[in-house]
Amino acid sequence: MHEAAVHPHAPPQGFLRTHVFSVDHKVIGKQYLDLALVAVCTGMVLSWLMRLHLAWPTAAIPGLDKLSPNGAAGGVITPEYYLSLMTMHGTIMVFFVLTTAPFAGFGNYFLPLQVGAEDMAFPRINMTSFWVTLVAFLVLISSFFVADGPALSGWTAYAPLSAVGKDAGPGQGLGQTLWAISIAIFCVAQLLGALNFIATTLDLRTKGMSLARMPFSTWAWFITAVIGLIAFAVLMPACILLILDRVAGTSFFIPSGLVISDRLQPHSGGSPLLWQHLFWFFGHPEVYIAILPGFGIISHILPVFARKPLLGPRAMIGCLIAIAFLSYTVWGHHMFLSGMNPFSATLFSVPTLIITIPATIVTLLWIGTIYGAKLRFTTPALFCLGFVSVFVSGGISGFFLAQPSIDTYLHGTYFVVGHFHFVMGVAAMFGIFAGTYFWFPKMFGRMMNETLGKWHFWLTFIGVYCVFMPMHYLGLAGNVRRYSAFTDDYLKPLIPLHRFITIAALFTGAAQLIFLFNLIRSRFRGPKAPDNPWEATTLEWATTSPPPFDNFGGKPPVVQRGPNEYGVAGAGGADYLMQAAPEPAPAR
Amino acid sequence: MGKLFAVVLTIITVVATAIFVMRVWWLPADISVHGPWIDHQLMETMLSSGILFVVSQLALALFVWKSGDRREGRKIKIFPGGAVPMVVLATVLVGAEILALTFVGSKVWASIYQTPPDPNSLAIDVQAEQFAFYFRYPGADGKFGGIHPELMNEASQNFFGLDPAHDTAARDDIVVPTLAIPVNRPVLLTLRAKDVNHAFYVPELRIQQDFVPGLVIPLHFTATQPGKYEIVCTQLCGLGHYNMRAYVEVMPQEQFDQWLKQQAAQQ
Repeated sequence: MHEAAVHPHAPPQGFLRTHVFSVDHKVIGKQYLDLALVAVCTGMVLSWLMRLHLAWPTAAIPGLDKLSPNGAAGGVITPEYYLSLMTMHGTIMVFFVLTTAPFAGFGNYFLPLQVGAEDMAFPRINMTSFWVTLVAFLVLISSFFVADGPALSGWTAYAPLSAVGKDAGPGQGLGQTLWAISIAIFCVAQLLGALNFIATTLDLRTKGMSLARMPFSTWAWFITAVIGLIAFAVLMPACILLILDRVAGTSFFIPSGLVISDRLQPHSGGSPLLWQHLFWFFGHPEVYIAILPGFGIISHILPVFARKPLLGPRAMIGCLIAIAFLSYTVWGHHMFLSGMNPFSATLFSVPTLIITIPATIVTLLWIGTIYGAKLRFTTPALFCLGFVSVFVSGGISGFFLAQPSIDTYLHGTYFVVGHFHFVMGVAAMFGIFAGTYFWFPKMFGRMMNETLGKWHFWLTFIGVYCVFMPMHYLGLAGNVRRYSAFTDDYLKPLIPLHRFITIAALFTGAAQLIFLFNLIRSRFRGPKAPDNPWEATTLEWATTSPPPFDNFGGKPPVVQRGPNEYGVAGAGGADYLMQAAPEPAPAR
Repeated sequence: MGKLFAVVLTIITVVATAIFVMRVWWLPADISVHGPWIDHQLMETMLSSGILFVVSQLALALFVWKSGDRREGRKIKIFPGGAVPMVVLATVLVGAEILALTFVGSKVWASIYQTPPDPNSLAIDVQAEQFAFYFRYPGADGKFGGIHPELMNEASQNFFGLDPAHDTAARDDIVVPTLAIPVNRPVLLTLRAKDVNHAFYVPELRIQQDFVPGLVIPLHFTATQPGKYEIVCTQLCGLGHYNMRAYVEVMPQEQFDQWLKQQAAQQ
């Protein structure tokens, strides 16, 4: 292990170098979080438009025709514009929120702090990753303003719909090409970021910070980086092949004999299933890229407010590693009915079910940690508890979908929508909320408002159950997803339930304005935060709030113990021992 | 605050579970031979994972309720036995559950998707395109004509790209927009996609399968109840996806024979 080098780069000069093109991991972390905030607001507005259209398909939405004169003439959303909104919602949320905030955002800010480093291993590459991510986001958003609208083939962009170009209908022109370019660029940023996370974790830990003493959140970001390194390395070439199919006349994903709009397509020899395999080989690990940082954040925060050590710290880390390995063996469960050899369905089903074992252990460890705790019900603590609940709810429905025989009925229905929104959407968001309320004092030197935070929690917690639990009922009734209207005889009776979901979604969305207000107001008006407001043990709390440019003022901390020292006799009657604190004098 | 959390979580758990138990929204009645196996597997999973759901949520609620106790001098308690019983419990219980579900479930899956069709099955070709399904019966000769993509044309209604001028087998092929099948007779569908991915889904038949351009995918089942049911597309195929549907009409054999004759006469 190295001792951290002193001042790997000089403090920045001038506004641009300090706040915009900064190589400081803390500024970059905040930039990622700000980008994710813009993205999540965009994604949520898109979901409101979708929900409004599903509940009242003929309603005119004021002003929408200004954004898209073709897609929403008179404010009424056309079927193709609905699909574009859906595609953009999924893409923005998965890539620019669920990957960007919990991993790139919090990870960038806190991983170096938690291992006692002064910065990331490669600060310039780190800065590059952020700006490349921003370019990817802008490319994606620009597709809202092209002639035939954004891509409409879903965030999964199944070929050949996504590959054959304009003949396949609206949204298959420039919009789809921009989608593929955006995701390819995003992959570059993630690969650079993942390398940086891995190098920092392995090489820049301060004296005494053995792997076993790393905080759970650091472990989770490290493991997530390893997953990301492999996953994005597959998605990027897949997107490049898709771009080539679209613009260079290749046929990686397009077979011969396709007739679209009465025109025989000039392609031959490609395989639509190849795209699905490449996409899901990335796509399923991506689910864990979104949720594992949440696991880490919850395991990091829960003991702080439970005032007791996390139950089974080694089992927790073992489970995270097991989940990472297994995440590469399950992608085919998205493809049970795709036309791939049905024998392989069983092969993919078994590891999918096995992955529920470490997931169950992790959940039980959290619940076991809460047992006999002295819980402090702060806002971050509430979001941790909420996380456990929604993760259980989302995980349980995975039991159904992991089985090909049941997937035969539930595939492509709202049951799937409810499942993944709970388990990777809402759960990951609760992890992000918990992290925000917890770390905000460190990042901005000010506390967030607790009353507003608690209102935000309660409205969100009840709201998400009202939105996503009914989707399971819709799925059981056979309600197909990705429909812009429900005109089938057997779907019409389900419209009242859709209206309930829409109203709940609008309320839950409105509750997020409380969070937004709290976030902005506290940044400027919040009461000053002490260095360690929550009485936590890890190194980020052993420096000032916010930390100085080089994190520890030129004196790297020396770590004495692991992060899990709660409920012990600490200095001055405290019930915890900080990682870098010297051994307390024995009580007399 | 802890008690409030416990109460809210308990209410959510009870209401969510009650709606499942009371079957307020539920699967439509099954009309296939293999459907009861799927429904049985679904119920087994519902029961076991339902118990897991309720127990985990209520345990969380209970522990949170109790951990809010603020009595002076109260000490934290470590879970009895530590993490080991948790790990063992999860591994054994969930492991056993997985084994049981997989053994039964993979048999159910295999019986639908991995067994060869009955040799006496009624063979029907299905072509999916943006945004319609077409069905083809082989006609009196029992043979399907060859498919020529370059001849596919919407205006002349040559949906399958048949070449009756040169292909005798194609001359009596019957192409219709509705799937009619006899009750209690095995049916073998051959799925082809003309342009992009589509899917064949009939909730009442408990069957679903993607159409993939370039692949010819067999799908077989037996319907047990006469009636008219919707076939819907479940694989995103473009702007008209939500509107892509056809009907499957399950009818007695005699009525089916009659129907087929009528269709042949109209071709």
